[in-house]
Amino acid sequence: MPKSELELPYRIEVLSVLDETGHLDQALEPELTPEMLPRLHRTMLLGRRFDERMLSLQRQGRIGTFPPIKGQEASQLGAVAALEANDWMVPCFREMVAQLWRGARLENFLLYYAGFDEAVAIGAEQHDLPVSIPVASQLPHAVGLAWSIKYRNQPQVAMTFFGDGATSEGDFHEALNFASVFQLPVVFVCQNNQWAISIPRHRQTHSRTLAQKALAYDMPGIQVDGNDLLAVFRAAREAVERARGGGGPTLIECVTYRMSVHTTADDPSRYRTDAEVEEWVKRDPLERFQRYCIDKGVLDQTRIEQLEQEIAAEIQEAVGRAEAKMKQEPDPMDLFEHMYDQLPRTLVEQREAFTRQLAAEREEARHG
Amino acid sequence: MAKMTMVQALNLALRQRMEADDSVIVLGEDVGRDGGVFRVTDGLIDQFGENRSVDTPLAESAIVGMGIGMAVFGLRPVCEMQFSGFSYQAFHQIESHAARLRRRSRGRFTVPMVVRAPYGGGVRALEHHSESREAFYAHIPGLKMVIPSGPRNARALLVSAIEDPDPVIFFEPKAVYRAFREEVPEAEERLPLSRSQLVREGRHVTLVAYGAMVRPTLEAADQLQAHSGIEAEVIDLLTISPIDDELFTASVKKTGHAVVVHEAPKSFGPGAEIIARMMEKSFYYLEAPIIRVTGYDTMFPLFAREQWYLPNARRIARAVQETLKH
Ligand SMILES: Cc1ncc(C[n+]2csc(CCOP(=O)(O)OP(=O)(O)O)c2C)c(N)n1
Ligand SMILES: [Mg+2]
Repeated sequence: MPKSELELPYRIEVLSVLDETGHLDQALEPELTPEMLPRLHRTMLLGRRFDERMLSLQRQGRIGTFPPIKGQEASQLGAVAALEANDWMVPCFREMVAQLWRGARLENFLLYYAGFDEAVAIGAEQHDLPVSIPVASQLPHAVGLAWSIKYRNQPQVAMTFFGDGATSEGDFHEALNFASVFQLPVVFVCQNNQWAISIPRHRQTHSRTLAQKALAYDMPGIQVDGNDLLAVFRAAREAVERARGGGGPTLIECVTYRMSVHTTADDPSRYRTDAEVEEWVKRDPLERFQRYCIDKGVLDQTRIEQLEQEIAAEIQEAVGRAEAKMKQEPDPMDLFEHMYDQLPRTLVEQREAFTRQLAAEREEARHG
Repeated sequence: MAKMTMVQALNLALRQRMEADDSVIVLGEDVGRDGGVFRVTDGLIDQFGENRSVDTPLAESAIVGMGIGMAVFGLRPVCEMQFSGFSYQAFHQIESHAARLRRRSRGRFTVPMVVRAPYGGGVRALEHHSESREAFYAHIPGLKMVIPSGPRNARALLVSAIEDPDPVIFFEPKAVYRAFREEVPEAEERLPLSRSQLVREGRHVTLVAYGAMVRPTLEAADQLQAHSGIEAEVIDLLTISPIDDELFTASVKKTGHAVVVHEAPKSFGPGAEIIARMMEKSFYYLEAPIIRVTGYDTMFPLFAREQWYLPNARRIARAVQETLKH
């Protein structure tokens, strides 16, 4: 057999609808209902302001370590906005604004990052998994949800989020492969924020794009401007529709930027320059979408100021509620909750010993 | 001699081993430019370059798997798992290969590799960042599992671990990382692996602890002495596996009483192994049941409750008084 070549008809679509100069590609502009636009804008603004507030609370020692989302609002929100409420959402740990859109409560973020286990409670009506800190580990779960959706013939899809760094983990590749082999209704949304702590995107993979990783699994891969909510929404809606229609999985790479620290324990000055951050500040997703909403006539300066006040009050109330909770001593017995369906005898014994210990400590405290 | 934190002492150990031996290579997530998220590898990239302080992509399995290949070739990789809670992604490489290659090649290949990982609670961390799962690794034949308790022994043990011809899992108590300083001599020191240390002499009871639990155990011993005249002997295990059972069984023969402390969950934890050996080797000297002061068989809670999960000096002292009632 002579040497031959196999032509594979692969390409990566790159999508931008509203660019950083404010130029709109009307042919690509997605239809967003007049109710949807202001809701998206409000959530985005809330996410931005709440992120800022959490950062200041952390700096004052009022909550613990957390991962800010600043700069990634559009790529999270644009994706999750394409979901229905009973679609499944499988986050990693930097999707605060997407979770807000899905109904998460502000004070639960504060309580979670203040170390209160109560904060991870998930409403019975919600189809949202808890945050997943082990990088990429949640992707196979989305695949399992999607497999079950298909098995049960449900009109649902699963969407999962992860970072650029996650694409290096085996779980990422295993999940994409399974999703493709079984042709499952799952959408993989990569938040390529250019950094995995101190490792720049180009040291994470030698590939030109992250989207192209889909090609090895023969699934559509698309790269979108992640700071352009319209582009992200358009790509996500298409992927969700395809998945719902039995067309299988999609990988969406949102090209965005982590404008803030990795977590509040991180010092980015060790590995990146302010100049680089400045470049991305110019592409701020919030400003861009806000301008679009103004152009569309659903927002004006007065309304924005009003919104800022509403949001400030909403955040203030949530901080108040959370801090009231933080001031109360958490119930120590909660250590033994939600371990098994039935607490095994070994743990019943440990819980009893713990109760005696607490009583002894209270006694000691009383007698000094 | 300089007063150093454990982070600085570990950094010194790596630096001196890398100066002495160009086959020593540090690799892991953020170990280069960032100097490691706890700064244990700080400055190594400046002194030794990015081929010896290697920032890898985010994949623990590949970090350890690649380490195995490097070790087989003759290098001495020191892999960093950013947190022990993310070492499970590398677990199969450790269990299936690192621990076995010597036997699987009838001694032709060996894996002189160190896998470092911060472990343990007490630092108000996020989920998956506070667990103590040393038992997973201590249970694997062919591995060594080491846990220092202070700056000076951390430095000396890490040097020994790097020089050891077999794979060593090296857990670093992050609650101790910056908690206190100790004099650490400039000249390289070594401590033998599989050798525990007597850190406090006493006649009445034997306390065995390791890692971050050594300090509260010593504190409990001081309180017991001050308030009740109880003289507790404290043994710092230093190596979990292969375990040194000579010192603590000899101690129990003297005291007749023992309390074992760890922050790992109680069931099937290192305490069970320690106590089994006390039963096997010093049974006739025991005067009372041995008590374990440990984490519970529950999930490590988020940090608002971690003080109730972690053993502390009061809990340890109460256990001692209880065992001495007999
Ligand atoms: C399996 C695993 N390894 C290491 C870590 C520590 N860690 C937390 S976030 C992170 C970088 C993640 O980068 P990326 O996937 O790009 O997400 P980003 O943080 O940028 O949102 C690392 C190494 C972890 N959480 N899980
Ligand atoms: Mg990233």
